[in-house]
Amino acid sequence: MSTELLVFALIIVLAVVLIAGGLFLSRRGGRPTPPGEPPPPAPRLRAPEAPPRPTGPVVEAPLEVELEAPELEAPERVRPRLRDRLGKTRAAFSGALTRRGKIDPETWDELEEALLLADVGMPTTQRILEDVKARAAEEKASDSEQVLELLKAELALLLEPGDRSLRVNPGELNVWMFVGVNGVGKTTTIAKLAQREVDEGHSVVLAAADTFRAAAADQLGLWAERAGAGLVRGQDGADPGSVVFDAMSAATNRGADLVLVDTAGRLHTKVNLMEELKKLRRIVDRTPGALKEVLLVVDATTGQNGLAQARQFAEAVDVTGVVLTKLDGTAKGGIVLAIQAEIGLPVKVVGIGEGADDLVVFDPAEFVDALFD
Amino acid sequence: MFDALSDRFDGIFTRLRSRGRLNEKDVDEIAREIRLALLEADVNVKVVKGFIARVKERANGADVQKSLSPAQQVIKIVHEELVNTLGGVSGKLEMSSKPPTVVMLAGLQGSGKTTAAGKLARMLKSQGLGVLLVAADLQRPAAVEQLRVLGRQLDLPVWSAPDDGPKDPVEVARTSLDEAARLGKNLVIVDTAGRLQVDTDLMDELRRVRDAVKPTDTLLVVDAMTGQEAVNVATAFDEAVGLDGVVLTKIDGDARGGAALSVKEVVGKPILFVGTGEKLEDFEAFHPDRMASRILGMGDVLTLIEKAEAAFDVGEAAVAGEKLRKGQFTLEDFLDQMRQVRKMGPIGNLMKMMPGMPKEIRKAEIDEGELGRVEAIICSMTPAERRDPSLINGSRRVRIAKGSGTSTQEVNAMLKQFKQVQQMMRSMTQGKRMRLPVGGLGGMEGLPQ
Repeated sequence: MSTELLVFALIIVLAVVLIAGGLFLSRRGGRPTPPGEPPPPAPRLRAPEAPPRPTGPVVEAPLEVELEAPELEAPERVRPRLRDRLGKTRAAFSGALTRRGKIDPETWDELEEALLLADVGMPTTQRILEDVKARAAEEKASDSEQVLELLKAELALLLEPGDRSLRVNPGELNVWMFVGVNGVGKTTTIAKLAQREVDEGHSVVLAAADTFRAAAADQLGLWAERAGAGLVRGQDGADPGSVVFDAMSAATNRGADLVLVDTAGRLHTKVNLMEELKKLRRIVDRTPGALKEVLLVVDATTGQNGLAQARQFAEAVDVTGVVLTKLDGTAKGGIVLAIQAEIGLPVKVVGIGEGADDLVVFDPAEFVDALFD
Repeated sequence: MFDALSDRFDGIFTRLRSRGRLNEKDVDEIAREIRLALLEADVNVKVVKGFIARVKERANGADVQKSLSPAQQVIKIVHEELVNTLGGVSGKLEMSSKPPTVVMLAGLQGSGKTTAAGKLARMLKSQGLGVLLVAADLQRPAAVEQLRVLGRQLDLPVWSAPDDGPKDPVEVARTSLDEAARLGKNLVIVDTAGRLQVDTDLMDELRRVRDAVKPTDTLLVVDAMTGQEAVNVATAFDEAVGLDGVVLTKIDGDARGGAALSVKEVVGKPILFVGTGEKLEDFEAFHPDRMASRILGMGDVLTLIEKAEAAFDVGEAAVAGEKLRKGQFTLEDFLDQMRQVRKMGPIGNLMKMMPGMPKEIRKAEIDEGELGRVEAIICSMTPAERRDPSLINGSRRVRIAKGSGTSTQEVNAMLKQFKQVQQMMRSMTQGKRMRLPVGGLGGMEGLPQ
């Protein structure tokens, strides 16, 4: 019986998929402005006189518009350094090379294994090792230590390109959007950055556009209070687009210069959720030039899937850089090497620890050293 | 999640199928490919080594069966080894002989503990257990609130620290047992704060929480997207608090989930449950054999059967099946059956379990909203139109489009699709081996008939 039933179920599922799927495709083709979705933002000039929507409790932020920030990033302050923060947890681990001395096939195997264990992934690992082999032959390196140094140099070089600053133009509205899969630490990262930017004299508004996860806005609200930033939130399950819209108008009204948009975690494979994200971006883009950064938050424990994440998010919302979080464990976050190598997205910020000020500047050389600790 | 791994094996085995017999060189080549596939899937480097060694040994070994082609033989070996690695039997929670049974969830930040707690609670509640949720995550801002929201959705009590009182997770855990006794609950789920396995203070706190509640089951919650680190995490948590099992979350993405293989191999504790989506009901028992089949692209037939049995009315299904065969399957039948299918869960998830599905279909993202539109269109037809769509002329089309809030183009497209699929279904039910007459779709082998 159950076999019979199964075959039947299969056919029905298939039928449902083909009919609904076919319909979907046909809709995609000629798209006669499907009901429910607002028209593309382009022709609609700045949403005429923003309808006063209920924005929920908006925590007032102290208005301090003293903008003397230089062109790009704020000046170097005394911030924790990557190396200092990694030291504690890494000391217990032995180096990548157990065999020192002459190079033999096992040296290469060990290096390959070290890179793989750091989640760099096979394609990038192989590519890098090929290059290093060639250089080792060129420079007639014979010692495994030398090879390791060559490898580190190669990796650092790979990580070098790219602008690592987070852009803020003084005197105008700046928006940073944070995107990523579930549980990577988007909200915590925003909290830390909000603290940092408030400390540097920016007037910051947080947009709680994660209206899906239970209590996500509460979490952001607590952080906003601690950091002295404003918060705009909607009801649970509300349209995240309206939250973003409200946050932008609230920021304009009170002369805040930086809006940080917290989006709901979403798997990059969920087409409809990625469409929603694109819509959020379009809403920000209604104020031309406001969107300065779209940051993909990636957890250091992420494996090879990080590459698929980066690809999909970059395609959907044109990501400008990567935030690497949770680097304070033993996970090495080697996936960012693959992301930079394959997609060209630089790491802009590193999150370490749970404190509000636990953000460090990404330093390629230190990061690479840590891969082989 | 293991889809990509299946694709990889598909590639290898397609090549193998075209060959008569295997020699040692073939086995080596397969081993290399399997190694690559497993590494790409985030299986730990060291676990891969062991796995490959076992496969090679068996593939080169003497247990050649006459009934199988060499390719089938390798598939069988890899499959069996995958099942072995993933665990021999499907997992179940250990129940305490002296209630309440206490389940403690632990893991890294962001692995999905709170969501898993809600999903597990829902599952156990539906099995008739009296569940108390305990919010012992006092680290992350609003984590308690998150669990309370889930508790409200599930209509289950949530025990935590008073909002203005001291925040001591050990105390919350300890008092939760009294609360369970007071409410007469026989199952307690303790959600703990996310922590890094190298954070000695927090690991110590976890130990004290454990000592306070003496959990019947201590479960590690692991994100399916975790890379090589999974092994370190699992080892450390196991050493600190002693694990009884693993919950694998977020497998609805395209992560290949090698972490599952690694964790099982390294700590030897079974994977009990998997989180398969964002909704509370997206939570299932883990079945190693099914998962291994999925890895090898054989589909997850058993889960499908189970879901189908739960959702379909057997009598109705038999009648509808008969109609299908005779080509009398109408839009009305389709509407009924579509509603049944939707009870089985998101269509996208079902598609992933279907055996022999070509990649394009397995990967196709089905918007559930589209299903709603299809339903609306059919519902806007008169019974006569549903039985005989050829009645539908221009003005009827306009009416249907208006009634369903769609456009006439959409109504047309739907009708056209239905007609095509109707023909296809007829040929599928009649033929012994089902072939989809759509470009590029392969035969549906491996289907029990």
